[in-house]
Amino acid sequence: MNAFPKSLRAALLTGVLAVLTAMPALAAAPPSTKKEDVERWEVLRNDFYAGRAIEEAGDLIALDAPTRAHDAAIVPIRVDVKPQARLKSLSLFIDGNPVPHAATVHFGPASAGGFIETRVRVDSYTNVRAVGETEDGQLLMTAAYVKAAGGCSAPALKDPKEALNRLGKMRLRQAEAPVGGGPVTTQLLIAHPNNSGFQFDQISRTYIPAHYLDTVTVTLDGKTVLDIDTDISISEDPSFSFGIDPAAGGTLQVVARDSKNQEFTGSWPTGGRPAL
Amino acid sequence: MTGRVLAIGAAILLGFARPALAEPLPMAEVAPGLFVHQGEHAEATEGNQGDIANVGFVVGERGVAVIDTGGSAEVGRRLREAVEAVTDKPVLYVVNTHMHPDHIFGNAAFPGVPVAAHAELERAVAARFDGYRQRLGEELGAAVAEAVVPVRVELPVETTRELDLGGRRLILTAHRTAHTNNDLTVRDLRTDTLWTGDLLFVERVPAIDGSALGWLRVLEELMAQPAKRAVPGHGPPSVPWPDAAQAQRRYLTAVVEGVRAVQKRMGGMREAVETVAADEKGRWLLFEDYHPRNVTATFAELEWE
Repeated sequence: MNAFPKSLRAALLTGVLAVLTAMPALAAAPPSTKKEDVERWEVLRNDFYAGRAIEEAGDLIALDAPTRAHDAAIVPIRVDVKPQARLKSLSLFIDGNPVPHAATVHFGPASAGGFIETRVRVDSYTNVRAVGETEDGQLLMTAAYVKAAGGCSAPALKDPKEALNRLGKMRLRQAEAPVGGGPVTTQLLIAHPNNSGFQFDQISRTYIPAHYLDTVTVTLDGKTVLDIDTDISISEDPSFSFGIDPAAGGTLQVVARDSKNQEFTGSWPTGGRPAL
Repeated sequence: MTGRVLAIGAAILLGFARPALAEPLPMAEVAPGLFVHQGEHAEATEGNQGDIANVGFVVGERGVAVIDTGGSAEVGRRLREAVEAVTDKPVLYVVNTHMHPDHIFGNAAFPGVPVAAHAELERAVAARFDGYRQRLGEELGAAVAEAVVPVRVELPVETTRELDLGGRRLILTAHRTAHTNNDLTVRDLRTDTLWTGDLLFVERVPAIDGSALGWLRVLEELMAQPAKRAVPGHGPPSVPWPDAAQAQRRYLTAVVEGVRAVQKRMGGMREAVETVAADEKGRWLLFEDYHPRNVTATFAELEWE
C-alpha cells in the first residue's frame, strides 16, 4: 500500500516536525471588536442565520489565517475541526468583502473531516469567520482578523493567455497516509479565473463580468466526500484541501460547475496519478 | 553665465509653483552618450518622489531615446531636464522596460513622444492603473497621483524592434513572461550595453510579478549573450555582465526549489512563506517587503507545473 520509500517517509516526517516547530509564528489575529466590524457581522448574521443562536466554537473549530496577507488576492485560510464537533457543514465568511459568503462545505459520508483549506480574496481589513453547523443543527463560530486590501479588484491574471488555455483543468495532489493513521491530506486545484465582477478593464472601460465556480462536488466511488458552494471571494484557480480516509480507497471524482453553467470534471484513483 | 543667473532667478520666481525637487536628476555617463540615474533602494515616499528605479537615456546624432521615466511626473520632469542639460537634440522615443509604476509614471513629462514597449504592456498597465494610482496617492499624495497618465504604446514590440537615433541603433527585445508579462530589454549596439530593466535586480531583492520559472529561463538566455556592461533596473548604474546576474539567479533558484520541496511534502503556502530561501534574507535590501509575496506567487505558480 505504501508507495513511498523509507527515506522519503523520514523526509516527510522531518517536514512535519518543521511545520510543527514553525507553528507558533502562524497564529491568526483575534477578531476585531470595533463597532463597525461588529455591526457588519450582525447584518450578515441576520441574512444567513436569522433568529438562530450561534455559540463560540472554543477549541472545536480553529481558524488559521495570516495576520497580514502578502497577496490580498490569494489569502490562505485553513479551518481545523475536531471530530467531536460532528459538523455537517462549514461556512466561510469574509465580512468586509462585497460578497462576504465565500463558501459552504457540506461534509458527505465519505469525508474524513479534520480540516478544510482554501484561498480567498480579501478586499479590505476584515474579520474572517468560520461557522460550523453540527448534525443536530447547532451553530459554532470562530473568527480572526486579516489585514489585506484590494483582493477582489486585483487584476485577474499575471499571464492571461496561459490562464485561458488552462480553464477547467484540474489537479489532484495527495500526501502519503500519515504514519499513525488519520485522514490523508488531499488538494484539489481547478484552473478558473473566478472573476469577481470587480475587476476593471481599462481598455474596454467595463468591468470584467463575474465568472466564478458555483459548486464543486467531490465523490469517492459514488459517495459524497464534499459538496462545496462557492462564490467570488474564492481566489482564482480555486484550491481546496481536505481529508480522505485512506482505508476507503477507490476513485475520486470531481464535478465543478461555474456561473456560466459550464461543467468541468476530473477523476483519479486515490493515491494515484490523475486519470485525465 | 548671464543665462544661468537668469535661470536661477526664474527658478526663484517660479519656485512657489514648483515642487522642491525640480532640478535635473544626477546622471552617470556609463558609456559614451549613455546616461543612467540610479534610483534609491526604497519604497516610493514623499521624500524620494518615486525616484526608486534606474532611468536614463541614450543620445544619437538625430535625437534621444529615454529609457524608463521614474515613479512620478516630477521624476520624469527632472529626467527631461537632465537630457536638456546634455543635449539640444529632441527626445524621439520613450522606452518603457515593463509596466511597474516606478518605471512608467514619469512618462507624463514627455507628452507627445512616442512610447515603445512590449506589446503586452499597454493592457497590463491598463488593468492595474487604478490600483497603481491609488497606491501612488497614498504614498506621495493626491496631487502626485492626479498628474500621472495611463501608458499609450505607439510602438509595440512583439519580438524585436530597432530604434534609429541617427547613426546609433537600439535593439528592443520583448521577452516571455518573467519579472512581469511585459519585460523588454534594450541593447545599445554602439557601446555594447544591455539595458535589462527589472529583468536584473542588483542589491535590492527581486520582485516576482510574472513567473519565477519564466524569469529563470529568460535570465539564462540573456546571460548567454555577452555584453560589455549591463544597466540593471535597480542597483548600480553599470554592472559587469553576466556576472552581476549570478546573485539573482541564485535567489530565484532558491525560491523555486524551496517551494517545490514544501509542496512535495504537501506543506501549505504559509509554511512556505516562513521557511523558503530564508538564508537569502541577509543578502538583499527590502527583503521583508517583497520576499513573502514572491514565495506566495511562486507557490501558486508551481502548483500547476
